[in-house]
Amino acid sequence: MPANVTHKSQGIGAAMNRVDGRLKVTGKANYAGDSQFASPPLIGWVVGADVASGTLTHLDTSGAESQEGVHAVITHLNSVEQAPFGSPEDMGRFGQSRAMLNDTTIRYAGFPIAMVVADTLEQARYAAQLIEFTITPAPISLLSEHQEAQVVPEDDDGGYDPDAGIGNIDAALADHQRFDMTYTTPNQVSAAMEPHTCIASYDGEQLEVQASVQILASAVDCLASTFKLPADKIRIKSPYVGGGFGSKLGLHNDAILACIGALQLQRPVKVAMTRRQVFHNAPHRGKSIQHMALSVTDEGQLAGVRHHSAMPMAKDYAFAEGTGVAARINYQAAAIDSQHRVKVVDSPMIDSVRAPGDAIGSLAFESAVDELARTLDIDPVTFRRNNIAPVHPITGADFSTNNLDRCLQEGAAQFGWDERTYRTRGTRKNGFGVALGMRMNMIVPSEASLTLHPNGELVVHTDMTDIGTGTYTILTQIVAEHLKVDANRITIDLGDSNSPTSSGSGGSFGASSAGTAVLNACEALSEKLCELAGLARGNSLVQLAGDNVIFGEGQTQQQHAVPHLLNSDSPLTVTGSVAPDEGNDEYVQYSSAAHFAEVEVDTITGEVRILRQHGAFSAGRILNRKTAGSQLKGGMIWGASYALLEDLQQDPRDGSFVNCDFAEYHIAVNRDIGDITLQLIEEPDYKACKLGSKGIGELGITGSGAAIANAVFDAVGVRVRDFPITPDKIVKQLSETR
Amino acid sequence: MSSITINQQEYALPSDPRTTLLDFLHQNLQLFGARKGCDHGQCGACTVLVDGERMNACLLLTFQLAGKAVVTIEGVADNDDLHPLQQAFIDNDAFQCGFCTSGQICAGIAAQRELQEQRPSAVWFDAYYTRLEDVKERLSGNLCRCGAYPHIIEAVTSTDSTPEA
Repeated sequence: MPANVTHKSQGIGAAMNRVDGRLKVTGKANYAGDSQFASPPLIGWVVGADVASGTLTHLDTSGAESQEGVHAVITHLNSVEQAPFGSPEDMGRFGQSRAMLNDTTIRYAGFPIAMVVADTLEQARYAAQLIEFTITPAPISLLSEHQEAQVVPEDDDGGYDPDAGIGNIDAALADHQRFDMTYTTPNQVSAAMEPHTCIASYDGEQLEVQASVQILASAVDCLASTFKLPADKIRIKSPYVGGGFGSKLGLHNDAILACIGALQLQRPVKVAMTRRQVFHNAPHRGKSIQHMALSVTDEGQLAGVRHHSAMPMAKDYAFAEGTGVAARINYQAAAIDSQHRVKVVDSPMIDSVRAPGDAIGSLAFESAVDELARTLDIDPVTFRRNNIAPVHPITGADFSTNNLDRCLQEGAAQFGWDERTYRTRGTRKNGFGVALGMRMNMIVPSEASLTLHPNGELVVHTDMTDIGTGTYTILTQIVAEHLKVDANRITIDLGDSNSPTSSGSGGSFGASSAGTAVLNACEALSEKLCELAGLARGNSLVQLAGDNVIFGEGQTQQQHAVPHLLNSDSPLTVTGSVAPDEGNDEYVQYSSAAHFAEVEVDTITGEVRILRQHGAFSAGRILNRKTAGSQLKGGMIWGASYALLEDLQQDPRDGSFVNCDFAEYHIAVNRDIGDITLQLIEEPDYKACKLGSKGIGELGITGSGAAIANAVFDAVGVRVRDFPITPDKIVKQLSETR
Repeated sequence: MSSITINQQEYALPSDPRTTLLDFLHQNLQLFGARKGCDHGQCGACTVLVDGERMNACLLLTFQLAGKAVVTIEGVADNDDLHPLQQAFIDNDAFQCGFCTSGQICAGIAAQRELQEQRPSAVWFDAYYTRLEDVKERLSGNLCRCGAYPHIIEAVTSTDSTPEA
């Protein structure tokens, strides 16, 4: 292919189809459970504890062991040696030992107490039913009231201080019209469609693992910590991940148990959590109780903003969610008081679920703010525009870029906010809602290599993952644009722990972090090629055309054959990396969103139907308009699902979750969702990173649910403060006001 | 009859009567395209076509399918030529992680046929229902946690030749 024909449709920002699309629509993308090992794996079936806390006092596996096809029943009595759970202390939580089957202590409901390993799934599943066990239960502790949460977490996820504020909050609340509100959000789960699954193989020296994990490097650390193995004897592959949403940031029971099986039997062993097991054995988001007090001047200016969050923290696992951070950033106020407290509970692991802090914080806080605007009879869009902050409301730092006001203004225009019309259809009334969202942006250290082969093909290696975010595609576009090369000459190799260490996927940091590393690798290759051609360094125009490199343009253009430049048949590899300080840290970096919704509420049944959602987003430079739009819409749907449906209920007697399947834990289905539209207000943010992009993976959800909650109020005057807004709660309030 | 046809190839039924069609595809045939998202018939990720009708492979015992013809996602394309709905999924970006996609496409193919044959859906009993809601209703047995729903609907409607009722 000649130079300069890089399709515009393949460069940064283009709405290019996913490069892995064909594999995914033909069922050929390899997820963790699709064994690539030479011999078929044995199947491990997990038996879990039926109480949340206690001691395993009786265990009889003889019935299971004698079954056809059973190779082993692994329990704490015969498992391989493991380091204590949570060690070493100085390692991040995803790199610590996640030991199990190593003692008689029951850490939470569903905690594994035995694993049957058999030739087939059917054999293992049946034999597991024959295991007899007794657990002597211990008393459990859960969070039920706000005041029970007294522990100050060391920090909140995302590096936030548990407490932050400015001004005299008591005075600000006392001097103006004051609103006190308590909102609650329930336990929630990621519910990625792919249950956590792992196949491990051990040949006596090397541990090879197919896992479903968002971050590979720390997953290697985790296995090294757990099994006291050198990290260089462990290789994890995770080329395709069937959804993560935080629940696959680290490795979980499937991976530890598959490795235990493989280490013990020296055969490949596959462990797939059942869907029911995922609810207990993968992390969940704890419930929140959010006490808020807000005050507002007669002119509609926020004066005092108090947000006190109470949440559970899982025993032995120091994760706290920054549920109140929306109160610190969304609006300016004379006084702000944000506080997070936790209670240590006997719950399964509590960790990140998509948009930690903001997903449920924005749900409550943006509903509360809406109550003010509605009570004062100020247009909710106007109220928000009058109160958003020109600088960080607490620190006073400038934003790197901030288009929140444009999101609100232009979003309202496109949604038709000022032209909204009310109607009644039979027993249904419509209503409109708005909410905003601010999501912190960050860069995480990342490295990638770029290899130029003598035939002119380019291969990127990085242990980055594509969890549906479109990483394969946007990295292809970055290389295609920089080296003016056709996408089909580029291979992106992801999800292999032997590759250079990346940020991994999570916290909306993946695209900017891994992308900037790849961009830097491209620049390194350009420079190296200039050097090999004997040209001045920094000649920015270096293009690849087939197996030729073209330098410069016009009169000074030069062309060299790649094999000639490389002066050998061996490929040329360069690396690129990025570190957080490359961004400009004197500025605060946020992506911004304005959400609009129209719903219809049935005044008899209390059913809410979402007619439409519209989002206006600003997140720096957009790397692929198609995949970015998909991710944002997906987040908006999460918000809808949080507002109306999701509620993981915990049995107060034994701490177990009650509704552990999709018939009982409702996530939005196709017909729950109305028309979804969005607009992108694009302004590259080069203070955020060299690519100019900012995170979008969690932006779509931030504020989305509150817009729907606010629309429900607009439709029928019902304000439900304990999410989700289910028909029973609406009917109850309607009947009280009738 | 003790065989089953899968993607036009005949296979002996498994010896273990407990083996579901989904586990048969995975364990016995190494056909991983139909996905196990719940194993309870609640998510639709394992949707396949059995004699042209969409079914959850996790809810079928293979031994009951003697003489049946099954098409999985691996059998939807005509060799290298993608089915129009597969191409529409790519063009409309109707997936993100891809795990539910096999089931969505099989369900979409079957739903298009149901629309052609004017088979009723639950929304037909709602006085205000629209064609769009009908399509959404028919695809609500297939969960997508990435939230690709709007694009799935665009893919299915853009390749649906059923005239408006």
